[in-house]
Amino acid sequence: MAKKTTKKVVKKKVVKKPTTKKTTPTSKTTKKKTSKKSTTSARTKSHSRAERDKNTSAKLSNLAEGIVNSVFAGREPEMDVPVRAASNTNWNAKKGILEMGDSVGTRQLFNLGQARKFMQTLLHSKSVDELLDADKTLSLRGMFYKSLHTIEGTKEKTFDDQTESDGILEDLEVSLGSLREELHIFAKKRGTMVGNITVVDNGDEINCRKMGSGGYAIPSICEPDIIQFKNVDAKFILHVEKDTVWQRFNEDRFWEKHNCILTEGSGQPTRGVRRMLHRLNKEFKLPVYCLLDCDPWGHYIYSVIKQGSISLAFESSRLAIPDAKFMGIRSLDYDRCDLSDDVKIGLNDRDITRAKQIASYPWFEKNKQWQKEIKKMLSNGFKMEVESLITKDISYVTEEYVPARLKAKDWLG
Amino acid sequence: MAKAKSSRARANAETMATKQRDISVSEFFAKNRHLLGFDNPRKALLTTVKEAVDNALDACEEASILPDIEVKIEEVTPPPSVSKPGRYRVTITDNGPGIVRKQVENIFGRLLYGSKFHRLKMSRGQQGIGISAAGMYGLMTTGKPMVITTRPHKNKPAHHLELAMDTTKNKPEVTVDEETQDFPEGTGTRVSIEMEAKFFRGKGSVETYLEQTAISNPHCSITFIPPDKANENPDLAESEQNLTADEQGIVRTQEFSDRIVYPRTVDELPPETEEIKPHPYGVELGTFLTKLKQTNEKQLTGFFKNEFCRVPPSIVSAVTKEASTKSKSFSGGTWVSSLDSHDAEKIYKALQESKLRAPPTDCLSPIGVKTMLAGLLKGVKAEFYTASTRKPSVYRGNPFQIEAAIAFGGDLPGDQQARVIRYANRVPLLYQQSACSAYKSVVETSWKNYGMQQPRGGAPVGPLVVMIHMASVWVPFTSESKEAIADYDEIRKEMQLALQECGRKLGQYIRRRQRMKRDAQKRDVFERYIGEISKCCNHLTGADTQKIYDALLEQAKARTEIADAQLDDEGNFVKDDHGRLAKADDVIILDSTTADDATPDGDATISETKPVTKKKRVTKKTSKKKRTTKKTSKKTATGLFN
Repeated sequence: MAKKTTKKVVKKKVVKKPTTKKTTPTSKTTKKKTSKKSTTSARTKSHSRAERDKNTSAKLSNLAEGIVNSVFAGREPEMDVPVRAASNTNWNAKKGILEMGDSVGTRQLFNLGQARKFMQTLLHSKSVDELLDADKTLSLRGMFYKSLHTIEGTKEKTFDDQTESDGILEDLEVSLGSLREELHIFAKKRGTMVGNITVVDNGDEINCRKMGSGGYAIPSICEPDIIQFKNVDAKFILHVEKDTVWQRFNEDRFWEKHNCILTEGSGQPTRGVRRMLHRLNKEFKLPVYCLLDCDPWGHYIYSVIKQGSISLAFESSRLAIPDAKFMGIRSLDYDRCDLSDDVKIGLNDRDITRAKQIASYPWFEKNKQWQKEIKKMLSNGFKMEVESLITKDISYVTEEYVPARLKAKDWLG
Repeated sequence: MAKAKSSRARANAETMATKQRDISVSEFFAKNRHLLGFDNPRKALLTTVKEAVDNALDACEEASILPDIEVKIEEVTPPPSVSKPGRYRVTITDNGPGIVRKQVENIFGRLLYGSKFHRLKMSRGQQGIGISAAGMYGLMTTGKPMVITTRPHKNKPAHHLELAMDTTKNKPEVTVDEETQDFPEGTGTRVSIEMEAKFFRGKGSVETYLEQTAISNPHCSITFIPPDKANENPDLAESEQNLTADEQGIVRTQEFSDRIVYPRTVDELPPETEEIKPHPYGVELGTFLTKLKQTNEKQLTGFFKNEFCRVPPSIVSAVTKEASTKSKSFSGGTWVSSLDSHDAEKIYKALQESKLRAPPTDCLSPIGVKTMLAGLLKGVKAEFYTASTRKPSVYRGNPFQIEAAIAFGGDLPGDQQARVIRYANRVPLLYQQSACSAYKSVVETSWKNYGMQQPRGGAPVGPLVVMIHMASVWVPFTSESKEAIADYDEIRKEMQLALQECGRKLGQYIRRRQRMKRDAQKRDVFERYIGEISKCCNHLTGADTQKIYDALLEQAKARTEIADAQLDDEGNFVKDDHGRLAKADDVIILDSTTADDATPDGDATISETKPVTKKKRVTKKTSKKKRTTKKTSKKTATGLFN
């Protein structure tokens, strides 16, 4: 542990410097002096993992040194954490993505509301440092257990549940300007993929054309140093909301017939799925079409895929797909496809509030198509799931609905 | 209709006349003893003690003697069954001026005899019925005479008398009259009455009465020997030897194996009160006519000057002018004897309508804020005390003054309705609480504003004792047994204002206490996390864990000290001796914790989470108290305020 002390102690607070890929604002104006060491280390983008880990480790000890220095100087310890909230999220209309704003919050030890979080952030910093030392990775849940213990002399636990721990890890990501994978943390796998593509995952070649009925589970870390692509024959990506629909498409060999990649996100897609889609979209110019439910939650899934989420706004440039399309199902499909009354699910108060909230998001506000779509759903007074198309025919969605939309280029952008 | 049945002549005026005769006052009261507070055996003991103690206190104060009173109740024959009364001997001994021999019979043997009835003066007893009625009750129930021992002159032997009373003649009968040396040194009086009664404790008991008397009269020392303790060690001289102050330096009421001692905590007698003449607004027409008849003055100016207050000659001339008619005119020089009742009524009416100055109020002797606090401090274990004395005011021409005090927190039960203790001229009122305007004013005050809970139409709920005192030359009781104060708007309003004054201070305290609690929690939180943080910093930077811990602990302390200081600056919140006392004369705050102000010792490891140590908060008053206790330890009861 003492090795850290070899680093030059710079009289400076928390070092917070954006990585090259990120558009993080500069730190608070009051703390302009930046450590030279960390600046250089952050700037030199290293592809070798060892060097990357070294950078992360340096950032962590800088964070702690800032605290120790201010404590010994008689100042009250604090750290800067960029604000992850709607108020600090800006809609970049030009790029078509959500970006994190400049507001930085100070997290103080001697503030009743922040003391616990302050301690938790440091605990996680310590755990991450230990991970880097051991060169191992842990899941979010693993991290929760890693930093979990009862504070000595009390009955209080360091974390109440994993949610608390996950939030702190995201805070740590933004305040260090390091990505989750750079902290050696991964999330639970969620999401499946199949199609005309071969993925090289950690050196193993995986032919996504031969995945049987299960499909290839998209890993939580899809960075180029782990995942590479080969033989990309597909011409587009069809992303569906959930596993059940994906099964339908896979069984009907839709991807084979239409030469595409078929993905599924089990609801709100994880960072891994979004990163995968983003990379395929960016690197191979594959358009992304989304087949989601006709309800506010489906609309929001599309919104996140397209321009990023509020809590992860700092990663939008790595995750968002501004030209993703919303294929359906649409509120007008009830009439267009001549569906029966049985598929209607009434909108409840929460749905209505949420729909209005979504309609007022700046990225939807000026989009006439979307305003119309949401208005129509509200005036319908019901929502519909993709599965409702099964009432027409088992394979109606794969054989008629999607091909027809593709042919007519009928989608929302 | 009786005629139809019997031919015998019914009583005529002649025969009836043979049966008509005087009813002596004592005979009347013997039959109507409930009017005097002897309605049942439970109340008999209380009323007897109450009358004797009231008299003793009044006498001591008039003679400028600090009262030492001993109340002893012995069981002569135990109650035969739970429902039947037993026989008790009540003995009250004081160190007052004593009574000269020839007056003894009159004072103890005759109803309606005394010095207090004929004057308007603030005193405890008013009518002069009390103690003789107690003796009469004893005589009636047991046949035993009242035993009185009194020594009016220090160096002469005491008189020992046994008095029976002839109820038909309102005259005392002396059965034993001798001189004795068997009496404690100095002047004083001892009354002993044997009676049928029931002894009990709790609400409305002798003990409660003495406890409350001790609160309103901290200048007196009372020793109470209840029947279950009377045979243990009935030695008054020794009884005051071993009074000790508790850990907070306060001498409180103490219970020994053989007695309960209510110590003296103030060494100053209440100021002697002045007698005043009646104010015209408080005089009714009949009284006015009587006064006209009885006066020695010849002319109206002199009559008004000597019989009333606040009627100067200028008012007399204005009033007489107003009362004059065409047929008859009056002036200050009008002869009193020339007035007939019709004229007198005219003058009376004019007088009532004229604008008079309020009666003088220097005749009142309120308990005073400091003394009330001293009394409560001794009698009630709480953590917050405040008191307020209103300016004198007037109802129906009678000057009066309201005082209120509050004790809060500490050992008081938190889930019950507040205890309201009521006083009239320093005498506790134990019965008919809900009929009393003092209680009504407590109910009508909105305690929610001061951080207390209060059910609709009830007294507040919480660890609270409310004390209300009315001082007046004439307290308007609802009945002769003097148990509840009558409802005058002026009185109720003053009571509410006094309660509000106390309530505001209580509210401030409660709010501050909550703030302090939050602050302490804050301190807790910080200190809980410091250990974890220093370990993490050590891991990440290699800096010494203990050093970081110490530095952070220092900061946490500094941080909370700032909070303390802010607390102090915001109001009259007393933290320690030097400081804000002068501004908070009417408040005493005792810290409920007795933890010492410990600083973490050098070998404290970071694993030890130190409990937050609250600073001991003792007011100057209490620390001063400690000193006086030491200085005057020879003297048993010590004063709180010198």
